[in-house]
Amino acid sequence: MFVGERDPFTGHQTTGHEWNGIKELNTPVPRPVYFFLITMGVFALAWTLLMPSWPYGSGYFKGLLGVDQKQAVAKSIEEATTGRAHWMTRIEEEDLLQIQSDTDLMHIVREDGRTLFGDNCAACHGANAKGNKGYPNIAQAPMLWGDDPQTVLQTVTVGINGTDPNTRVSQMLAFGRDGMLTKDQVSQLAGFVVSLSDPTTVTDNNKEDMAKGKDLFATNCVACHGNDAKGIVESGAPNLTDNHWTYGGGRGDIYQTIYSGRQGHMPSWGKRLTPAQIKIITLYLLDLRKQAVGPVTGGAS
Amino acid sequence: MISQLTGIERIVAAFTFLILICFGVAMAAGGRDDLIGTHGWVISLAGIAGAIALLRGYDAPDPSPDRLSEYYDDPSKAGIILTLIWGVIGMLVGVWVAALLAWPELTFDAAWAGFGRLRPVHTSGVIFGFGGNALIATSLHVLQRTTRARLPDQFSPWFVLFGYNLFCVLAASGYLMGITQSKEYAEPEWYADIWLVVVWVVYFSIYIRTLMRRKEPHIYVANWYYMAFILVVALLHIINNLAVPVSLGHVKSYSAFSGVQDAMTQWWYGHNAVAFFLTAGFLGMMYYYLPKRAGRPIYSYRMSIISFWGITFMYMWAGSHHLHYTALPHWVQSLGMAFSVVLLVPSWASAGNALLTLNGAWHKVRDDAVLRFMMLAAIFYGLATFEGSFMAIRAVNSLSHYTDWTIGHVHAGALGWVAMITYGSLYALTPWLWKRPALYSAKLVEWHFWLALSGTVIYVFAMWNSGVIQGLMWRTYNDSGTLNYTFVDSLVAMHPYYIARTIGGLLFLSGAVIALYNIVMTIRTPVPAASESASDIPFVFEPAAPTAPAGE
Repeated sequence: MFVGERDPFTGHQTTGHEWNGIKELNTPVPRPVYFFLITMGVFALAWTLLMPSWPYGSGYFKGLLGVDQKQAVAKSIEEATTGRAHWMTRIEEEDLLQIQSDTDLMHIVREDGRTLFGDNCAACHGANAKGNKGYPNIAQAPMLWGDDPQTVLQTVTVGINGTDPNTRVSQMLAFGRDGMLTKDQVSQLAGFVVSLSDPTTVTDNNKEDMAKGKDLFATNCVACHGNDAKGIVESGAPNLTDNHWTYGGGRGDIYQTIYSGRQGHMPSWGKRLTPAQIKIITLYLLDLRKQAVGPVTGGAS
Repeated sequence: MISQLTGIERIVAAFTFLILICFGVAMAAGGRDDLIGTHGWVISLAGIAGAIALLRGYDAPDPSPDRLSEYYDDPSKAGIILTLIWGVIGMLVGVWVAALLAWPELTFDAAWAGFGRLRPVHTSGVIFGFGGNALIATSLHVLQRTTRARLPDQFSPWFVLFGYNLFCVLAASGYLMGITQSKEYAEPEWYADIWLVVVWVVYFSIYIRTLMRRKEPHIYVANWYYMAFILVVALLHIINNLAVPVSLGHVKSYSAFSGVQDAMTQWWYGHNAVAFFLTAGFLGMMYYYLPKRAGRPIYSYRMSIISFWGITFMYMWAGSHHLHYTALPHWVQSLGMAFSVVLLVPSWASAGNALLTLNGAWHKVRDDAVLRFMMLAAIFYGLATFEGSFMAIRAVNSLSHYTDWTIGHVHAGALGWVAMITYGSLYALTPWLWKRPALYSAKLVEWHFWLALSGTVIYVFAMWNSGVIQGLMWRTYNDSGTLNYTFVDSLVAMHPYYIARTIGGLLFLSGAVIALYNIVMTIRTPVPAASESASDIPFVFEPAAPTAPAGE
C-alpha cells in the first residue's frame, strides 16, 4: 500500500495515500526543525532549572538562581524607596511653609504632584484643576473650606462628606422638594441670587420679585451663606456674589440647586494616600493656584 | 430540509423540538421575574420555529435511497451562509466598540450600548458565530471527502448547526441584557453552557460515527485537527464553566473556582480556546482547502505529525503565561513560559508545511486571490505564533501585559490567520458545493483580499504602536523617582491609534460585506444550462482546482 509515486516538481515520493485528490509527500522533516526543536527545548529546560519550576507532591523546585517574584517585588520597592528617601524624608518632616520656600523640593513637588493630581484628582476637578460642572474650580475659585495651606491639607485628608470620622460635612437643603419654599418662592430666590453677581438683571419689571427674593434670602440662606452672601468658610458655603459656580450660575441651574439641594462628595484621601503624598498634592495645588491664569471654565456661568 | 429527513428522523426531530419548547416554557415560567425568563421565551420560539418548519414538511415523501450515494452537504451550505452573516455582525460590532474607545460618548446613555456589554458581543460574534460556524460547515464537508463516507444521518448535523446558533444567539442577546459570568470568551451563563455541551456531544458523535464508517484506510491530517478541536473544546468548556446556579429560575451562577485557581482555570481555558478553537480547527481547514486549491501534495507528512503532536501537547501547558507577575505562583509562570517558547517550533513547522506546499503553485498564488488568502493566512499564522511565544517570555510580558499590544497580537491572529483562511476556504468551497463553474466575481475577491490585508496591517500596526507606547509610559520614572505620566496621559497618547484602529477595522468589515455579497450572488447565479453556452462567456475564471473530480 505504501508504494508512493514521485512528485515531479520536488522529486520527493508521496506516502501513497490519497484523499479526494490530496496527496502527501514523504519529505523528511527539514533539519532546521530538529535544530530549533532541540535549541528551544534546551533553552526551556535550562530556564526551568534556573527559575522556580517543577512541582512535586508537597512543594516545587526553587530554581538554581533562587529567584522569587515576591522577593523581587519587595526588593525593587525597597530600592525605589531608598532612591526617593533624600527628598521624601524632607517632605515628611518639614512643614508646608518650609517646603514652599525650598526651590529643589518645589521642583519635585511640581514633578510628582502633576502625576499624583492627574491620577487622583483630575477625574473630577479636571487635569488643569479648573473643575467641571458639579466639581469646583480649585485652580482659581476661592476654596469652599478655606485656602491657607494647612486647611487645604486637612480638606484633602478628611474629604468632604467622606468616610473619615472627621470629614468636613456640608449640605445645601432641598428647599423646594422638601416643601420649605413654594416653586414661586424658589424662582424669586433664584432671581435674587443671580442678581448678586450680576446686578444688571434687576429691572423695573422684576423689582417686586427681587424684593421678595431678598426677604426669602434673609430668612433662609444667611445662616450658611452669610448676611452679605459672601459665604462662610467654616460651613463650606460658597460665596454667591462672585462668578464662580460649582453647579452652574444660570438661573435654571440656581433654581435647580435651591429646589433639590446639593451635597457634593470628596473622598477622604487620608485613607488612600500617604501623608507625604497628600502634602505634595496640597503644595502642588497651591502652586497651581498661584500660576493659574486664563478664563474661568468648568462650573462657572 | 425536512424532506431530506427519514421518517424516524422526523420523529426524533419532533421530540427534540418538543423537549426544547418544554424547557423554554419552563424557563420562561420559572424565571418570569428574572432575565432567564426572556431567554426561556427565546428558546421556546426557536423550538416553535423548528416545529413549524418540521410540520410543514412532515408529510413529504421519504427521501430516495439514492441519497446514500452522495455526500450530505446541505448543513455545510447553511453553515457557510451563517458564517458570513455572523462575520458581518461580529465585525460590525467590533468596529463599533473600536469607535467607542476613540469616542467614548457614543453610548447614547443606554446600558446595552456600553463598552462592557458590546465587547463580548463582538468577541463571541466573531469567535463563535463566525469562526464556529465556519468550522462546523467546513469540518462536515472535509470529513466526508476525506473518509469517503456520507454523514451518518440527516438530522444530527442540522441539530448541531441549529443548536450551536441558538447558543450564539443566547450568548449575544444575554450580553446586551447584562447576563455574563465575567469569564473572558466564556461569558454565557450556566444554562447556555449546558446546552452547548449537548450540541457538542452530538457534533463529536457525528465525527466518530463517520470516521468509523470511513472507506479510506488512513485518517487525513485535517481530521486530526478537527477532532482535537472538538474534543479539547469540550474538555475546556465543561471544566471552566463548572458553576452552581443561584436557582434554576435565575441566570446568575457562581463558579466552582475562586481566587487564583479561578484565574488559572480561566486562562487555561482562554489560551486553549485560542489553541484548539482558533488554531487547531482552522489548521484542519487549511490542510484540506490549501492543497486542494493549489493542486499540490502536502509538503511533508512527517512534519504534519511533528507539528500536530507538538501543538496539541505543548499548548495545554502554556495558559499560565497570561498570568505573569500576578498572584499565580512563580513556578507555574516559569513552566507556562517554557512550554510557550518551545511551542514556536511546531507552530512554525505547520506554517512552513503550508507555505512549502505552495512550491510549484506560486504562479497560482499570484493570479488567484482565493489561494492568496490562504497563503497570507499561513504567513500571519507564523507571525502571530512567533509574537505569542515572544510575548510569553516574562520580561517581554512585563512590558506588553495589559497594553494594546495584546489586542494587536490577537487581531494579527484573528484577522490575519483565522479570518483569511476562512474566507479563502469558503471562496474555494462555495462553487464546489453549489456546483458553479466559478465565483460570481473574481474581481470582488481581489478587492476583498486587499481590503482585508490593508485593514489587518493598519489595525495591527496601530495597536503595536499604541501598546508599546502605553507600556513604556506606564513604566517611565522621572528624576525624582516617581512615575512620570498619569494614566490619562497614556490615554491621550493612544487616541490617534484608536482612530487608526477603527479605520483598519472598517476596511476589514467592508471586505466581509463584499464576501457575503459575492457568495450570495454566486449561489443565486443560475447554473449554466448547456456546455456550448459555456464557451460563449467572455471571461473565464481559472478553474478552482484542476485535480478536483467532478462534483467537488
